This record gives sequence, C-alpha cells and structure tokens, in this order.
Amino acid sequence: MSTETTSTVAHLGIGDRFRLWWDALARPTQWAVGVPFIVLIALLPIIKPPVLTTVGTDFAGVLAQFGMYALLAIGLNVVVGQAGLLDLGYVGFYAIGAYTVGLLTSPDSPWNQTDSWLSQKWAWLFALPIAIAITAISGLILGSPTLRLRGDYLAIVTLGFGEIVRLLADNLTTITGGGRGLSRIAYPIVGVSESRPTGYFSAGNNQAPITSGVAWFWLSIVLIIVVLLVVGNLQRSRVGRAWVAIREDEDAAEIMGVPTFKFKLWAFLIGASIGGLSGALYAGQVQFVIPTTFNIINSTLFLVAVVLGGQGNKLGVILGAFVIVYLPNFFLGRTELFGIPINGNEIANYKYLFFGLALIVLLIFRPQGLFPARQKLLAYGREVYVAARRAALALTRPTSDETTGGSR
Amino acid sequence: MSTTPHDPAAGSEHGDQHLGTDEELVTSDTMPEEFLPDGGVIETVAVDVADLHPELADAEQVAELVAPDRTIRAKVGEPLLQMQQVTMKFGGLTALDDVTFDIRRGEILGLIGPNGAGKTTCFNTMTGVYRPTTGQVVFDGRPLGRTKRNEITRLGIARTFQNIRLFSDMTALENVVVGTDARHRTSVPGAIFRSRRHRAEERDALDRGMALLEFVGIGRRATQQARNLPYGDQRRLEIARALATEPKLLCLDEPAAGFNPAEKEDLKGLIRKIRDDGYTVLLIEHDMRLVMGVTDRVVVLEFGRKIAEGLPAEVSADPAVIAAYLGVPDDATA
Ligand SMILES: Nc1ncnc2c1ncn2[C@@H]1O[C@H](COP(=O)(O)OP(=O)(O)OP(=O)(O)O)[C@@H](O)[C@H]1O
Ligand SMILES: [Mg+2]
Repeated sequence: MSTETTSTVAHLGIGDRFRLWWDALARPTQWAVGVPFIVLIALLPIIKPPVLTTVGTDFAGVLAQFGMYALLAIGLNVVVGQAGLLDLGYVGFYAIGAYTVGLLTSPDSPWNQTDSWLSQKWAWLFALPIAIAITAISGLILGSPTLRLRGDYLAIVTLGFGEIVRLLADNLTTITGGGRGLSRIAYPIVGVSESRPTGYFSAGNNQAPITSGVAWFWLSIVLIIVVLLVVGNLQRSRVGRAWVAIREDEDAAEIMGVPTFKFKLWAFLIGASIGGLSGALYAGQVQFVIPTTFNIINSTLFLVAVVLGGQGNKLGVILGAFVIVYLPNFFLGRTELFGIPINGNEIANYKYLFFGLALIVLLIFRPQGLFPARQKLLAYGREVYVAARRAALALTRPTSDETTGGSR
Repeated sequence: MSTTPHDPAAGSEHGDQHLGTDEELVTSDTMPEEFLPDGGVIETVAVDVADLHPELADAEQVAELVAPDRTIRAKVGEPLLQMQQVTMKFGGLTALDDVTFDIRRGEILGLIGPNGAGKTTCFNTMTGVYRPTTGQVVFDGRPLGRTKRNEITRLGIARTFQNIRLFSDMTALENVVVGTDARHRTSVPGAIFRSRRHRAEERDALDRGMALLEFVGIGRRATQQARNLPYGDQRRLEIARALATEPKLLCLDEPAAGFNPAEKEDLKGLIRKIRDDGYTVLLIEHDMRLVMGVTDRVVVLEFGRKIAEGLPAEVSADPAVIAAYLGVPDDATA
C-alpha cells in the first residue's frame, strides 16, 4: 500500500512541471529542443566544459560509467518504481550480464568460445544478446519462487540472491578465475586505423577526440534511448497499468482481474534483461571483471539512484544515476573549487556517508524523490487531457462550485 | 506482511480510509495557466465529456456503451450464482455456517445482517479471497473450486470494497481502464511493438472507460487522481471500475456507507440503472430504507447463519429478522 501522503493539489513536483512545459510544446518543437539537447550531452566529453570536467579521472570514462548506471537505474526502476517490488540484489543481474560476456570471450575462461564459433571481431556483439537472454532467464528463475513473497520478505531473498551470484563468481575459481577475475574480454572492434590499431572501443584507445570512454558513452546513449522507448511503450499499456496497480494495492489488483504473478514476473524479467545489458556493456568497456565490482554496496547504490531520482519516473532515475556516478568523481583529485581549497579525495572517499545522509534527509523531507512525476498510463490519454485543457481554458478561472462538485 | 498469495486481509475492512476530501479540491481555486491539465498532473479541472465524445452527452448512448456484451449461460430468472452449504471458519470462529442461497440472473439481491454477521465474508468466498472450509460456490454452472481470483473476475464476478480500495495514484480514468484490462489480452510483446491488437484495445479502453465514468456520473473527473476525489465520487469510481471488467454479477459492499440521504437516493437510481443495463447485482447494505427500496429479494444473515430469505416486504415482517436486525438501533448509518 502506498505510504505517500504528502501530495496536495496545488503542489507540483519538478518532474511534473517539466513535463507540463514539455507536453505543451508542439511535436516539431519537441524535436527541435530534444535532439540538440541530446547531442549536447553526447558532446560533453569532447567539449570538456571547465569546472564540470572531472580532474582526477577521465571525464569520458565517468560519463560512460554514468551511461551504464543510467541503464541500471531504468531497469531497476521497472521493478522497484513501477511494479513496487523491492529488489535489493539487482547487482546480481549486472554481474550475470558481465560474467556471461566474460566467460564467453575471455581467454582466461574455460568456456571461451572466441576460437570456435565466436569470431574475434564480432565476439562482443554476439555475446551481448546471449548475456541478455541468460540474465532474463536468471530473472525468471529468481522470480518464480520468490515473487510469491511480499515486501520485506522479497527484499531479503533478493539481497541473498545478489550475494550468491557474487560468491559464486568468487569461489568457482576454475571457471570464473575467482578473485583474479577474467581479463582480456572482447569488445566491439570498430574503426581500426593507423592511430587506433584496436578500434574506438578498445580500452587502450586514448586518441582524442573519440577516446574509448566517448565511444562507450555514445553507445550507451543509443541504448538508453532504445530502452526508454521500450519501457515507455510498456508503461502506457495494460502491462504498465498492471504494474502500478500491483504497486498500489496488490490484492485489489488481483481482484480486478490483473494476473499479478504473471506481471510481477514480467517486471523481474525486463528489469533483469536491462541489468544484463548494462553488465555486458561494462564487461566490454573495462575488458575485465572481478567479483568485488558486484558487491551489495553497489546494489544499494543503484537503489539510491532510483530513490533519489523519483521512483517511477524514468527520466528522473537517469538524473539519479548521474548524481551517484558523477558527484564522487567530481571531487576526486580536486584541490580547489571556485578558489576555495578543498580536499576532494577525502570528500570522494566519504561518498557512502554522504549518500546515506542525503537519502535520510530526502526520505524525511521529500519521499517522492528529487524529480517526482506521475506516470502516464494510457496510450491515447492525451486526448482526454486535451479535452480537460479546453474545459479549463473555457472556464479560465474555475469557480468554487465547480471544484466542489456542482453539476457540469 | 503475508507470505501467502491470498492475503487474509484482502477483503477485510481494516485498510486505510479514503484519502480525498472536498476541502482539498477547494484549496486550488486559483489556477494559473501553468497548472493547466496535462499528462497526469494533479488536475482539478473538469473534463467536458461531450467535447471529448459527442455521444457521451446522451445518457442512452452511454448506457448502450456500458451494457455488458457477453454470453451468460443462465437465462434471466435462473440461478446465476449458487452458494451451496458454504461454511467458512477462521480458527474457532465460524463466520459462515452452512449458508445456501441463489442469486438469479437479472435481479438485485440484498444481503443484510447485523455487524459481523458474515456478509463481507460471503463476498470474499464468492470472489476467491477465501476458500470455503466446506461447501462450494457455483457460478453460471461452474463450481469455482480453486479458481484464481483474477480468473474469477474474468469469469464474471466483480466487486467493490467496504473500505475503498482504489489505485490512489492513478487518475479516475486509469482506474477504470485497469478494470477494462481484465477483458484485454495484450501482454509485453504486444505493448513493446504497439501491435494492432494493443492499439485497438487502448482505444476501446479509453472509450469504454469514459462511458463508464459518465454512466456513474463522474465523467468530468476523468483526469483527477483517485486520491483527490471527493468521498462519494470515490465510491462511484469503485463501481465504475468493477463494471469495467464486464461482470455477469456485480457485488456492492455497503456502497452507501457515509452517504447523506440525497446521495443515497442518487445511488438507488444508479443501482437500478445498472440492473436495467443487464447486470445482476448483489447488494450489501445497512440502510434498510435503501435495501427495501431497491432490492427484488433479500437474504438475511445473523452470526453466519441464513435466518431468512424472500421479498423485502416478507423479510421485514419476519419476526426472526426483526429480532435480529430491525429491532436493533442501526448505529452503522447514524
Ligand atoms: N480474515 C479473518 N480472520 C478472522 N476472522 C475474520 C476474518 N474475516 C472476518 N472475520 C470475522 O468473521 C465475522 C464476519 O465478518 P464480516 O466482515 O463478514 O461481517 P460483516 O457482516 O461484513 O460485518 P459489517 O457489517 O461490520 O461489515 C466477524 O466476526 C469477523 O471478525
Ligand atoms: Mg462487511
């Protein structure tokens, strides 16, 4: 059941305000604003704006990591924000995606297939759909028994799942290399040239302007857009409505004819696939996986991104992902900010403390997240709102008898 | 907090109360341009349904759109649902004790009884929230047995809740559309690729949803969040959402609770309109005047046992009923 009680009529969240403004624009204007905006974001690591550019780490690399976290946040948001299923072990899917690519393409792995049917050049691309499929199946395997549990119980079981995946990676030494991990994982070999003997996506490519980080950032932007379209279509359909109904009141949903178990399983499966996609990207980018990347604290961090951004709001959670990836890197290696001397490394070291505090403050004062926005759930709802808008304009200023329920 | 798929609290009355009040809506009488409705912002503005769909202005057309369109095996006047010696025990407590009665297709059946008599429990055994300890429920010739709750809804039983249980974050229209979804088949692949069926179903959902809202008299509230609706409109919305599942049998659990006499009169009209539209109605109600005025037959429960059944006039003259129920001051509606 919903715990949110703070909503009042005249109060609009930033997300809602933004969407009001956005929806008021005509289609061509939306394109004219949206496309240049995305291009601008994509060019950030090439423009390298002062102050914003990270000093301690490669800015493009940070943005590429943000892209992967944004995918994770969108996927986790399907599960937590839309269907209301608290999943604390989401990192497990990230790990399965990354390790699938690693096991199929790393020379360290006994299951390496790059010599047989995976061509060296296309290995990563071939491993990608396999990674997504295997993660989806793992979502089904985890979901079928556990989605009969509710609330806290589900959270505990998923937490255990995340740990099990990590411990398997750590302990199945003969397969996963244990703590040493898997190295030399395949990556897409694109744009081989004199100056870039291994292509744009190789971790060794640091030829400006298009370094490895930039290439991966751009790839993740494309994937984010695709995933947003998919998730958006789902949201404005029977599926999205079923998820929100389950989140609001699972029993009432079931009694209203929603096959709740089936749709919870779908939410898990879709969330898992997106996590697996992100994991596969990660494996290709760093070409190296070790178990410690997939610990519980990271799982919590993904959840922080979702809660911070505003559960249910898919654009909000992208901003949430940006905050958690970018802020620590912003401070890393910085010795002064606007002329004030600071010890950036110290600040970055305490990131979990700061995120923890921020989360507590947020949950007290703004439980709906920084950028709350209500989701649209109807594919053709727009015309109803247009009718409502016309009615509003006709009234210009509604009198109180209208709002208290007088006849129309 | 439950670990079972069938939460025992599902049909109980201990949920939270309705969230909206009229005052909340009044506070927003200043409405700058930027608060104009769109995309699910918490609108306070009314939708002009005639503007949206000219035919929605015509009550008869609305009723036409809302009327169920399904094959029912039982003929009018034949039993649609049969409670057959249903006993429901909670530990040592027998909430229903060997209860047998029929609901005939096309009638409005009243189910009355003092507090704690087992009326809501009766609903819960029909809708699959509880499984009868012994006995069975037969719906349109088919024993419900262990049928899942969502399947029972699709078979054709819909209900409202004694304590309102809307999807409070959704708009009124979206709530109703969840009901229409019970009859739709689009799943994940269809939604992702926006299949032809998906688009047709979305259209149908919107049209039927608006018609249903208009039918129960809250069409202009379509874009408002359920939590912000006035109490009476929330009750009406629950009825619209239940009707949206195209039930053969509509079960209303104290739909008039908390209503003033004028609202009760309206509700009486609505219940009759629903029946005239081709639905069969089972009505739990404490207000005897409403029950006597609208029902065709009445079943009386007391301590889980059926103590009387018959025409409203017969039942209200039955000494056992008077002793059990009518003699007791009716504090529930005070
Ligand atoms: N899940 C449950 N567990 C235990 N006892 C229950 C449960 N549900 C109902 N009961 C008990 O069964 C009896 C019948 O309850 P029920 O809710 O059906 O009464 P009712 O006729 O709807 O009353 P009211 O007019 O107050 O709504 C009550 O004594 C109630 O406490
Ligand atoms: Mg009751």
